[in-house]
Amino acid sequence: MAEITLIDAIRQAMDEELGRDESVFIVGEDVGKRGGVFRATMGLFEKYGEERVIDSPLAELSIVGVGIGAALYGMRPICEIQFADFIYPAFNQIVSEAAKMCYRSNGEWTVPMVIRAPYGGGIGGGLYHSQSVEAFFAHVPGLKVVIPSNPYDAKGLLKSAVRDPNPVIYLEPKKGYRLIRGEVPEGDFTVPIGPANVTRKGSDLTVYAYGMMHYYTLQAAEKLASEGVDVEVVDLRTIYPVDKQTVLESVKKTGKALIVHEDNLTGGYGGEIAAIIAEEAFTDLDAPVRRLCGPDVPAVPFSHPLQDWFMPNPDKIAKAMRDLAAY
Amino acid sequence: MELSNDTKLEMYWMMLLSRRLDERAWVLHRQGRIAFHISGIGQEAAQVGAAFALRRGEDWVTPYYRDLALMICLGYTPRDFLLALTGKKAEPTSGARQMPSHWSLRKANAVSHSAPVATQCPHAAGIGLAIKMRKEDKVVLTNLGEGSTSQGEWYEAVNWAAIHQLPVIFMVENNQYAISVPADKQMAVPSSADKACGMGLRGISVDGTDVYAVYTTVAEAVAHARAGNGPTLIEARMYRLTPHSSDDDDRTYRSREEVDEAKKTDPLTVARQTLEGEGLLTKAKLEEMEARVKEMVDDAVQFAEKADYPDVADAMFPVYAEEVGRG
Repeated sequence: MAEITLIDAIRQAMDEELGRDESVFIVGEDVGKRGGVFRATMGLFEKYGEERVIDSPLAELSIVGVGIGAALYGMRPICEIQFADFIYPAFNQIVSEAAKMCYRSNGEWTVPMVIRAPYGGGIGGGLYHSQSVEAFFAHVPGLKVVIPSNPYDAKGLLKSAVRDPNPVIYLEPKKGYRLIRGEVPEGDFTVPIGPANVTRKGSDLTVYAYGMMHYYTLQAAEKLASEGVDVEVVDLRTIYPVDKQTVLESVKKTGKALIVHEDNLTGGYGGEIAAIIAEEAFTDLDAPVRRLCGPDVPAVPFSHPLQDWFMPNPDKIAKAMRDLAAY
Repeated sequence: MELSNDTKLEMYWMMLLSRRLDERAWVLHRQGRIAFHISGIGQEAAQVGAAFALRRGEDWVTPYYRDLALMICLGYTPRDFLLALTGKKAEPTSGARQMPSHWSLRKANAVSHSAPVATQCPHAAGIGLAIKMRKEDKVVLTNLGEGSTSQGEWYEAVNWAAIHQLPVIFMVENNQYAISVPADKQMAVPSSADKACGMGLRGISVDGTDVYAVYTTVAEAVAHARAGNGPTLIEARMYRLTPHSSDDDDRTYRSREEVDEAKKTDPLTVARQTLEGEGLLTKAKLEEMEARVKEMVDDAVQFAEKADYPDVADAMFPVYAEEVGRG
């Protein structure tokens, strides 16, 4: 089986879905001739033509709003927001239109669409090319929010997202685009939206993560293993709706929980996992639930030392694991 | 595009039915029998004229909340409207989840919309894009107020439609007020249609109190779009003869003299005079129509007041497409 990068897996999924279903199309800034600023759509314009790989005007709200209209008509748009940081002009269309369409029409209208966006820091992108936006959308009934951490899941989840009858926010850890490699079968397979994945079995404590932080968490867990601490790692993969069962099963076994994300601490997604554990696994806990997150500053600063200060990394995660294990 | 005498009378009937329904809603509100009403009085000519220019049920519409007469032309019934006003379970557009006058009618290709203005315009562009991708000869009509032309959503939608020559008709129902703010505080040009010139599409202003003039203008724009020649921006000039909604008091921002002056060109009166002048509408015929309308409105009120409220158990659904039909 071929080992490919995260971004290759994403491209492969789109290529196969465009080939499978004529109603699928891609729309976004620079997705056509340029093949995307990260090259996620490289070669697709040449293969499927300008009517199915559409270079949009430089205006995010209508990338999504036009996508919604096409979806209402029966198409299956994949909307690319060039950086998650640029998604806010489309916030109204995502949250107030796409997410609410099914409920507000009592099921008369549905919006089958995918909104892809590269997110996250560590790439020298400063405040406006580094943001994590998942918490905004994981608050909104009607949306599904998916964040892959490896090429296999990236391909399988994106295919599921394209085929899903609802709006799916698909966030891609861009730091891992070419860094994270893995074996991915060619041809059709899907990974279901919803279930989390226990990616490392352990008994001493559980770490919950997704995207790039999941990649770092596995590295940190290896380090802790050499120190005699047995860490279980849960890759949440779909953060909304969340897989409560897997979250709870793990913490009930280990008794200790750490949540890692690079989004800001306050109001971040980790608070939701902590609340689920507090409500439904309180008596199983041997330690307070801990969070390792980005600090509460507006976004990731540009200069390298400042960026390093902001970002969680394997060393910081390992330290948080040690502290929790010692509690 | 010449209208038959029967069609002219049918158009008058649609205006009359919409007007009397709208008036009854005001009465019911003042009697404390409904909670809210937002009116389309004064705008019926533009809506009926535009509706009759479409292949109704085949072409698509993304309406806004003053489009009662448009919806009546598309098959929305007096009973449907009263079920919405009273918030009853059988309300067909949203199961009474939405406020009244937030339309949707799947069988007529009339798309569900929200309350923030101009949000429906990108959907129209997306529907137009899908029509073009599928090489069909349908068109989409999107209606909006002149206040909505201040929104970025509208500019982005018009820009898309113009770039890709999409079969979209943007009809601005310029009723001179966005709640309390007059048109000259919304735009620096005398007509909403003037905004077309910088965006690469045709802009036409028409007397929106003349149902037959609007029909002719929209029919020409529809033919233009259907032939693949792209979008048209139409301004229909009119006056909002009522307060913004049942919660508004327009005496706080405009004089009674101004409103009385506008009533001289009430579109229902204008249409009646036209038909009388052409010998199509006799006093006896008019009385028969009024009696028939009253019967229908009375029936709708009684029907809705006897109808059941929604079950609270159904309120959890359908948030996602998988849940349609559940509950």
